[in-house]
Amino acid sequence: MSPKTLYDKIWDAHVAHEADDGTCLLYIDRHLVHEVTSPQAFEGLRMTGRTVRRPDQTIAVPDHNVPTTLDRANAATMTEDSRIQVAALDTNAKEFGLHYYPVSDVRQGIVHIVGPEQGWTLPGMTVVCGDSHTATHGAFGSLAHGIGTSEVEHVLATQTLIQKKSKNMKVEITGKLPKGVTAKDITMTVIGETGTAGGTGYVIEYCGEAIRELSMEGRMTVCNMAIEGGARAGLIAPDEKTFEYCLGRPHAPKGAQWEAALAWWKTLYSDDDAHWDKVITIKAEDIAPAVTWGTSPEDVLPITAKVPAATDFKGGKVDAAKRSIEYMGLTEGMALTDIEIDTVFIGSCTNGRIEDLRAAAEILKGKKIKDGMRAMIVPGSGLVRAQAEEEGLADIFKDAGFEWRLAGCSMCLAMNPDQLAPGERCAATSNRNFEGRQGRGGRTHLMSPAMAAAAAITGKLTDVREMMGDPA
Amino acid sequence: MNKFTTLSGIAAPLPLINIDTDMIIPKQFLKTIKRSGLGVNLFDEMRYDDDRNEIPEFVLNKPQYRDAQILVAGDNFGCGSSREHAPWAIADFGITCVIAPSYADIFYSNCFKNGILPIALPQEQVDVLMKDAEKGSNARIEIDLEAQTITSSDGDVFSFEVDSFKKHCLMNGLDDIGLTLEKGASIDNFETSASQARPWV
Repeated sequence: MSPKTLYDKIWDAHVAHEADDGTCLLYIDRHLVHEVTSPQAFEGLRMTGRTVRRPDQTIAVPDHNVPTTLDRANAATMTEDSRIQVAALDTNAKEFGLHYYPVSDVRQGIVHIVGPEQGWTLPGMTVVCGDSHTATHGAFGSLAHGIGTSEVEHVLATQTLIQKKSKNMKVEITGKLPKGVTAKDITMTVIGETGTAGGTGYVIEYCGEAIRELSMEGRMTVCNMAIEGGARAGLIAPDEKTFEYCLGRPHAPKGAQWEAALAWWKTLYSDDDAHWDKVITIKAEDIAPAVTWGTSPEDVLPITAKVPAATDFKGGKVDAAKRSIEYMGLTEGMALTDIEIDTVFIGSCTNGRIEDLRAAAEILKGKKIKDGMRAMIVPGSGLVRAQAEEEGLADIFKDAGFEWRLAGCSMCLAMNPDQLAPGERCAATSNRNFEGRQGRGGRTHLMSPAMAAAAAITGKLTDVREMMGDPA
Repeated sequence: MNKFTTLSGIAAPLPLINIDTDMIIPKQFLKTIKRSGLGVNLFDEMRYDDDRNEIPEFVLNKPQYRDAQILVAGDNFGCGSSREHAPWAIADFGITCVIAPSYADIFYSNCFKNGILPIALPQEQVDVLMKDAEKGSNARIEIDLEAQTITSSDGDVFSFEVDSFKKHCLMNGLDDIGLTLEKGASIDNFETSASQARPWV
């Protein structure tokens, strides 16, 4: 048998039909649905008299435009159009008999945090969702694609996706991460290296010692931003950490089924001599805490660097960099650590898990945020919120001056009331720094939760390593 | 879905790289539960000022490009969010063909579901068509999907690649779901064998 990559193995296990030209019907194990990209798909089913083929494998949760303030049970906290969208999901979930976590359920949260938390996401599965950050689930060694609304309708009706196979890319992070450097810095540094189109047409498998050493939470952060590098999906081979995370989750297999699953999951790795179409190797020791300076996720630099000059770039990037620097209100050559911020957002499907909140709390413990700073922490799910309260993290955040919110996507995409005003500048743990992403005219610098916490205290972009004590 | 066979139209030049789907259709317009009506908000933040007045310098606000049916743009067009509202807005404006050196995967695939032909060409050829587009309404670009060719207003002919299945669906306005349901037996068989091989799913 010819050697295979992890992607090859999962792909082969899910091809339901292959046409002569290589177009395949890929069978989908889990379909996650949220309120923003699904209403038109359900409407399409109704108009054609079709139904949901596997409601038992379809999971719905509102997250994108739900308010995250404590009074959100009050309908007046939502705009009319948001209310209609959430109500449509409610109706569709009930009418088609989907698994459903409404806003009133403590398990509600960002769809990519709820899926793994509830054990819906398991190794070797195919997972889709009408959201580009579906790549997150690749941390479990599951093939997870973001899809458009027409494809959502296609999966609802047929439980398959029309796909051609992507190419294989290996991203290896060798050695150990230095202190103060996290999963977010890995994934941002990779995008800085490959560019936002470097992964187009590929599925990336992340591997190497630094990836193995990451927790499941960290691995989800790495895979989450595979899409920002243009990749169709990101993958990490499952191992003991993966199995331990899955064991006992509500929808994970139990007993003999668990043993059978485990036996297969242990075969899910890339064979030694498998073929890679592209390989990128980065030394963990060369990675520093990273921030973005511009309006593309590829505009990544170590915190110790300076804002580049547009003329440092080539081709279309010269004009793009010029536009970015102007939009961001920066001066070429200024130190990144001189950039002052007025808002801090910690949360999102990239960094809204318990480990992210612990990292922020470690920096914020006993400290206060800078006067006038608007800072919020939005946990990724109701269960993350509950755990953070149990661990005393919520008190640290509140004492420091952060708002402690309910779960949702919040200021990552600013569809709900959590937005930047024109000219406001935010240290954000989310995944996109596009023009207007967090609000028209708003300026976003992406970074890790520890870096965002440090910026909240000093009021400017800060090298978090300077705020960490020496190792005991 | 609308068929796409041939097109002869005005092309609007938008020479920026990494045009993301947030630029194409900002989030405040994703709250709709319909597919139609988004054309007026295409490129909203580049097209209107804070008081909702048109910004005259933006290409689609210029008189010669108001009826553009083709968009010529830079590398990595449609990156970012998977929102299909982006191709819905483009189609609703009246643009049914995009020409760029490359596209983000999800956007590319979303176009074909909405009667839009995204054409990828080498940078040098896009540069020629960008210059052509800059001539305004006097320059019509012609696209023939069957022949897989683009003809500039000066008569330069470029051929382009397109997946045969996607081409077939676009030329005939076919509904993917209908086609897949015809393969229902294959899906049934797969489901039966998968439920034995991986009963825990």
